[in-house]
Amino acid sequence: MKSTYKSTALAASALLVSAAPALAQTIDEQVNALFASSTGWFVSFIFSPFPGTTFPWIVAWLVVAATVFTFYFGLIQFRAFPHSIALVKGDYSDPNDAGEVSHFQALATALSGTVGLGNIAGVAVAVGIGGPGATFWMILAGLMGMASKFTECTLGVKYRNEFEDGHVSGGPMYYMTKGFAERGLPAGKFLAVMFSIFCILGALGGGNMFQANQAHAQITNVVGDYPGWITGIVFAGIVFAVIVGGLKSIARVTEKVVPFMGVLYVLTAIVILLLNYDRIGWAFGQIFEGAFTGLGVAGGMVGALIQGFKRAAFSNEAGVGSAAIAHSAVRTKEPITEGFVSLLEPFIDTVVICTMTALVIIITGQLVTDPETGLYILDEAGTAIQTVDGTSGVALTSAAFSASFGWFKYVLAIAVILFAFSTMISWSYYGLKAWTFLFGEGETKELVFKIIFCIFVVIGAAASLGPVIDFSDAAIFAMAVVNIIALYVLMPIVKRELESYLTRLKSGEIRKYG
Amino acid sequence: MTTRFVVGYDGSTASRRALDFALERAEASGAEVLVAHILEWSPYSFLTPNELEERHMRRKEELARAESALIAPLKSELEASPVPVETTLKYGNVADTLCALAKDSGATQIFIGRKGEGGGFAARVFGSVAGTLAQCAPVPCTIVP
Repeated sequence: MKSTYKSTALAASALLVSAAPALAQTIDEQVNALFASSTGWFVSFIFSPFPGTTFPWIVAWLVVAATVFTFYFGLIQFRAFPHSIALVKGDYSDPNDAGEVSHFQALATALSGTVGLGNIAGVAVAVGIGGPGATFWMILAGLMGMASKFTECTLGVKYRNEFEDGHVSGGPMYYMTKGFAERGLPAGKFLAVMFSIFCILGALGGGNMFQANQAHAQITNVVGDYPGWITGIVFAGIVFAVIVGGLKSIARVTEKVVPFMGVLYVLTAIVILLLNYDRIGWAFGQIFEGAFTGLGVAGGMVGALIQGFKRAAFSNEAGVGSAAIAHSAVRTKEPITEGFVSLLEPFIDTVVICTMTALVIIITGQLVTDPETGLYILDEAGTAIQTVDGTSGVALTSAAFSASFGWFKYVLAIAVILFAFSTMISWSYYGLKAWTFLFGEGETKELVFKIIFCIFVVIGAAASLGPVIDFSDAAIFAMAVVNIIALYVLMPIVKRELESYLTRLKSGEIRKYG
Repeated sequence: MTTRFVVGYDGSTASRRALDFALERAEASGAEVLVAHILEWSPYSFLTPNELEERHMRRKEELARAESALIAPLKSELEASPVPVETTLKYGNVADTLCALAKDSGATQIFIGRKGEGGGFAARVFGSVAGTLAQCAPVPCTIVP
């Protein structure tokens, strides 16, 4: 009798083992198909081009805004750069305020929300499709984006809510309601609600699914292929432990390790560039030439430009409004100082880190060129450039770094997982702030959002890159649509603050400590 | 001009010894004593978004706790002391803040207790408060064993 049980159990387990991979693949495929079909309309609306062109209106929207802010505030990102550094160093911080959130801390927290996969995988996507020229447009978008960030973070601090128990809530939804009311304008509340809805979608998309998806891609790149939902469940479990279970130790460890991973990443990139110093000039040549000719990429110059702008915006989130939520916690008498500090974010994120990734991919020769014409060769589908290993996204970055240091793919895998995780924690907070703005604060209401957030981690890891990346972009850009309208309306308020502050800085009323 | 001593105090027996020693010297020389409790804090640490949001609230709580658990009992105990005693609560790096306090208050000496026998591994790598003060204090510094 016993042996019968045993053999039945054995047979059953053998059946399970053989059926598991097939079952898993079907789950992944089903999630994928369902996801693509249910979000397709939203994606095509956000990325629809101007009639008769291939230029998406949303990209123009961001770039025009960044340009307007740049000139409206008189090239503030360049004028105020040294002062921003002085603020972060604490030169202007009153020692009696020690123990409050410092400018450095607000910047570091906001950065750990933005520095992440956008810098590693996003850039690889941009360069893989738009060629080296995309890097030029990415840097330009990063420099212009500094002015957008300055505007939104100043407003975030100025119009935040301070509650009696001392905690603060701020962000675009608060400056939309309060700022519009102050100027006697209607529709502030409507914009705030729209922003909150998109912020929740963005938190679930770019702040969650994209991260889980690319973390899984990187893990499989190192350990071999296995179903995405397994990574998803593990990640969801850890995220759940932190945001629902209040397991702060994991979040704290991540917040402390992430900055070091960022520094290690940049240092490694610099070492690789130094090892290939003879090709640095050539790489910049490719970047400039590609920026204006495309060097054979799909869509030519416009293709490079779109990719560069898109990925820069997705990486540094300037104009999106998310950083305004993170920065609003700083206690400062001068909201504008937080604007100054925040303008360093797109610089560090895009102009420094993203450029490093792009340069390493270009310099290590990952993109295949035609030796005769010097133009890049497209893949079979004709949409992206052929790569040496046929990789794209995070795997392309991994291949580029591993070309010099074989072991780096393991470091990169850890970095990707940590970056993904810290970005998820940040975005779960942004999403939660939008959620509580819509539905009110309360434990049960917050728990509902947190559980939804964890479910989307699994979906993100299981879906394939295409639909996830499209939806992530669409949701985050939709936030920018609403946020930038509010920034246009409220920018005179920022200008008043800026002029008053600069006058007092000049007269010595605002002085350095120590 | 009255002479002032700054004493670093964290409620430990070592810091208590330093305080008693300073009070004795102050009584003998007619000096005032400024008792400082420093809450260790760096503006360059990394916080999660949640910690950022709650920081102001936590700071208020930490200050209230230090006041009620440490400063208030000490004040009532020293009420009868012939030496005029003032107290202060600060955030920052302990050694740096004591130095700054000594400078700003015009103190002539710093007194501090010593916890360990020679410092463990951590003290060797990162330095101890007493060791740092001995090297950086702007005024004479007495380390009470």
